Amino acid sequence: MPAFDNMPDMELYQPVQIDDALALAARLAERGWLVGGGQDTYGWIKDRNKRPEALIDLNGIESLRGVRETENGIEIGALTTLTEVATNPIITQRYALLSKAASVVASPQIRNAGTLAGNLAQDVRCWYYRRGLDCYRAGGNLCYADTPEAQNREHAIFNASRCVAVTPSDTAPALVALEAQMVITSTSGQRVVAAEDFFVGPDVNIESTTVLRDGEILTAVRIPAKWANAEFYYEKVADRNVWDFALVSIAGAMRIEGGNIVESSLVCGAVQCTPRRLTSVERAIQGRPRNEATATMVAGMASQGARPLNQNAFKMPLMDNLVTKLLTA
Amino acid sequence: MTYKLLGKNFTPPDIEGKVTGEARYAEDFRKEGMVFARLLTSPLPAGRIVSIDYSEALAMEGVVGILTTEDLPQPAAPANPSLASDEITYLGQPILAVAAVTEQIAENALEKIRIEFERRPFVVDPLDTLVEGGPNPYPKGNTLVRNGGAAAAGTTQSGTDVAEIKWSRDAVNAFRAGRDPGPNVPWGNEWEFGELEAEFAQCTAIVEEPFVTIGQSHHALEARTGMAYWENGRCFFYGSLQSHTIGIPALAGMLGIDPANLVFINENTGGGFGGKIFPYPIMAVTGHLARKVNRPVQLRITREEEFYIGHARAGMQGWLKMGIRADGKVGAIDMIVIGDAGSGGGASGPGAANFVSLMTQPNAMRFRGVSLYTNTTPRAAQRGPGENEMATALSPIYDKAIKMAGLDPVQVRIQNAPDSSGTIGPQRGTLTGSWFPQAIAQGAEMFNWEERKQLSGRRNGTKVTGVGVGMGYHSAGASGYDGLLRIGTDGKIYLHTGVGNLGTYSYAAVVRAAAEALKVEWEDCEIVRGDSSLHLPWSTFQAGSNTMFTEVRTNNAAAQDAIRKLKQIAATDFGGDAAEYDIDGQRVFKISDPAQGLTYAQAAQRAVELGGEYSGQTYPEDLNAITSRSVQGLAGTGLIGVAKDTRHSGTVPSMTVGFMQIELDTMTGKYDIIDYACVADCGTIIHPLGFSQSMHGGGVWGVGLAGYERLVYDPQNGLPANVGLYQAKIPTYLDVPKNTQHGATNIPDPQSPVGSRGVGEPSQGCACAALASAISDAMGGHQFNRAPITADMIVNHVAQLDHFNARNLQTNTF
Repeated sequence: MPAFDNMPDMELYQPVQIDDALALAARLAERGWLVGGGQDTYGWIKDRNKRPEALIDLNGIESLRGVRETENGIEIGALTTLTEVATNPIITQRYALLSKAASVVASPQIRNAGTLAGNLAQDVRCWYYRRGLDCYRAGGNLCYADTPEAQNREHAIFNASRCVAVTPSDTAPALVALEAQMVITSTSGQRVVAAEDFFVGPDVNIESTTVLRDGEILTAVRIPAKWANAEFYYEKVADRNVWDFALVSIAGAMRIEGGNIVESSLVCGAVQCTPRRLTSVERAIQGRPRNEATATMVAGMASQGARPLNQNAFKMPLMDNLVTKLLTA
Repeated sequence: MTYKLLGKNFTPPDIEGKVTGEARYAEDFRKEGMVFARLLTSPLPAGRIVSIDYSEALAMEGVVGILTTEDLPQPAAPANPSLASDEITYLGQPILAVAAVTEQIAENALEKIRIEFERRPFVVDPLDTLVEGGPNPYPKGNTLVRNGGAAAAGTTQSGTDVAEIKWSRDAVNAFRAGRDPGPNVPWGNEWEFGELEAEFAQCTAIVEEPFVTIGQSHHALEARTGMAYWENGRCFFYGSLQSHTIGIPALAGMLGIDPANLVFINENTGGGFGGKIFPYPIMAVTGHLARKVNRPVQLRITREEEFYIGHARAGMQGWLKMGIRADGKVGAIDMIVIGDAGSGGGASGPGAANFVSLMTQPNAMRFRGVSLYTNTTPRAAQRGPGENEMATALSPIYDKAIKMAGLDPVQVRIQNAPDSSGTIGPQRGTLTGSWFPQAIAQGAEMFNWEERKQLSGRRNGTKVTGVGVGMGYHSAGASGYDGLLRIGTDGKIYLHTGVGNLGTYSYAAVVRAAAEALKVEWEDCEIVRGDSSLHLPWSTFQAGSNTMFTEVRTNNAAAQDAIRKLKQIAATDFGGDAAEYDIDGQRVFKISDPAQGLTYAQAAQRAVELGGEYSGQTYPEDLNAITSRSVQGLAGTGLIGVAKDTRHSGTVPSMTVGFMQIELDTMTGKYDIIDYACVADCGTIIHPLGFSQSMHGGGVWGVGLAGYERLVYDPQNGLPANVGLYQAKIPTYLDVPKNTQHGATNIPDPQSPVGSRGVGEPSQGCACAALASAISDAMGGHQFNRAPITADMIVNHVAQLDHFNARNLQTNTF
């Protein structure tokens, strides 16, 4: 097990038009690797745990950058950096949930380089998988994290299916809560997928956390006006206050009328392979005020059905506590 | 005493280079024809190599050579070999090195090497090898034994060998459950003083608690990259050590050459923290590979490799019973430490026990310990080894006993803290001097303890306030090394030092003691260091916080020798006795007629003319060989001040106390450090900014030890989970307090010529202890019995899921 850290030889393509990138993606298919900010790319490749034959560097495609207003909300280019997402005036004014989520991703340096699409499409951070072990997700036939002796404090408490890795994205729960739509483009055209459907668990596809197929590029994220200027709550609990992935995070958007929550969209990160919508809590708090009594009423509801591993039972009270904090903030 | 230079801030000469990036580290050096080496490391935690086939790799274009165990002498276990073959004892252990014209080619070549391994059982938790029937990390056993006979026969390294020590399953189970394992178990180390049971009988508050501290990797920002080349039998080695000239004999020994044939260049070192005190095994690979391929070789160590071979703090699984009398006096302490020594190095139980004996000055104490190997990364000293992790474990337990006795945590600490009559360890060794009770009182006043303690348990929404106090200590002084300076014929003072530049600037602070004694302007001084060809003296190691004590002694000794020679030269020229002369203003002059005298430049010229001891043609016989060669190299170039330091007596105690207030969110387990104040009893402060940085930096480290840093190995396959800076959870800027206060007693140590002691290590110990104490306080005195205390553990406790935290003293829990 050498500690590789040199890039191996590979082809490098640097298209400046999206059509050229799509053509390359289609031609190279599984042999190609899309790179934007590179924050999830270079570790894999320098470690030689992923071995694509070609890199398709998207950074020259200006049309994939920036925030644009649309008839029904905004559209954020896939290559928009996380720093830009965190500081863009339109996003901070209308969708502060997303800007907050983007502002707590990793570290300032990583946010300056990392892109929104990269943060959404990044691979899971299970440390066994990242070390290059032959687990299910890597094409093998076992899971090292789901055993009595496994070091699995950071893993899933819901919806494990052979793999127990969790979604590492900080922006994904916010975008699911905002009912965002993912614009996926290929040489065959464009399809738009709801954020909630964009992410898939190991029961659907154990080798990918999204519905993206070979040849497809996530080109933009659309956020509808529905939740603009709603009441938001976002909290990420991680070991460290910077440069860390969430132990559990929560993103919530709420519409309050007449002192009561008329509609809410609550999502937890880092508890399963996909952002987890807290639908039972959403239903329970509908029509009730955002206060301690409501929080008490739904206490324990978020974590119901959880199946913790040997080192991550704390995620259950932590989930429930974050719901309480959301409702009492 | 008022000094001209000491106690004043100054700008060390290497600061600018570090700010601009011009400072050179080992990786920055290049040599014509240099090739690049990469390591192949073990994928197994334990086993042996049956066969290696590197023919395909060696045949690759651009590959210039491969170094294996066949090229290096193999030390017997438990010595940590540079390359391993027959006894692989941890995952990531270097097996061979490939040199090629580019790193990329070298890495590609690694993929062409075929190795057949034979696996052996492995173990990552010390208690799993201690239990009867448990696997051993080495084929011969799990612990180190002293074996003088075998050493004499040349079959072991340094008189050590590996043997087996086992406990019954019942004993291990009792210990895992937090109890004394009973009378019928073997120990590797035990001592006792006082009447233990009689003293416990007189205590009104007795607590028993287990504890686990997991150790941390050193993670020096500068990995241990080296570059070496050979010319005419001499090796020029660019490396990264904390120390400098004291490393030369050992490095020369690794390379099989006389120290006189080694030029060791190490201008700057990007951190070491105890992991780079002396030459380390991988340096032998760099040097031998350069000799084998007959080209300059740079062996760059990656961040991942630095984790594997960069050593880590030892871990502890322990048990402590503490008794306090009704009046607050610590009556008795009974203590057990099972130490995790990794695959090599030493555990830190004895250091931990000495720490407890000094900090609490008990009437009676017993220590029992076992040091065990595991198939994890080798362990080495790390900032306050034994002491700082024990400070973290001790503080909440001490608080619990004090609370049980109904007393104040600070007053009891003051009452039991050592003064100058205090003792340490089983021999009840003496101290050079201690004013630690005053330091605690000073800190309590700075922190406003009396008011702050009223905040304990205060609720603010989901947050609760905790206040804590902790103590740190390390023995901070040695003696007997050499000092060397030269007064040039240009009148400048060339302060030669073999002190390494590990980033603390102590190398610059200590030579100012010589400048002070010679009464010269700092601008007229030049520090000569970093390259052994520049004629450097034999200096102490840069570890153990000892430089500020040890090296002011050597520099003062060299200065006094120079002053003696200045006066003798003046007496020769102007008549009378040397005692009739004095120095000032960079002149030596007759006291009765200051007009009669010489400038230092003139005196240096006269030294050259007079020869003999004045200009280094002769020198004291008791100098180390390295200093002697340096004096020979300088002979005839000015007035040489050179001397071997005398010996001091007693332990040089550097001690600190820290006070911390936190606000802890019971819903998330996260906390903010609201305030942190710390005070040191470390003698005279001779470099205030350096002192300040030590206290700040140590504080950050303390937060890491008590609250963040991880060293986890997977019991299933021996894989480390915390390779690299991200996974190790080193605290970041946003995890530590923005503002801290610090102070010092500033009372001189009686055995330092300028009163100074170092404070690098204790500055961490007081912070980690204060944080552990504050977290426990915020949780109503709850004992987590583990360091670090992480957010998930706090969430578990609040949710009454403590059974998930206990883990039966397991070391490997995320």
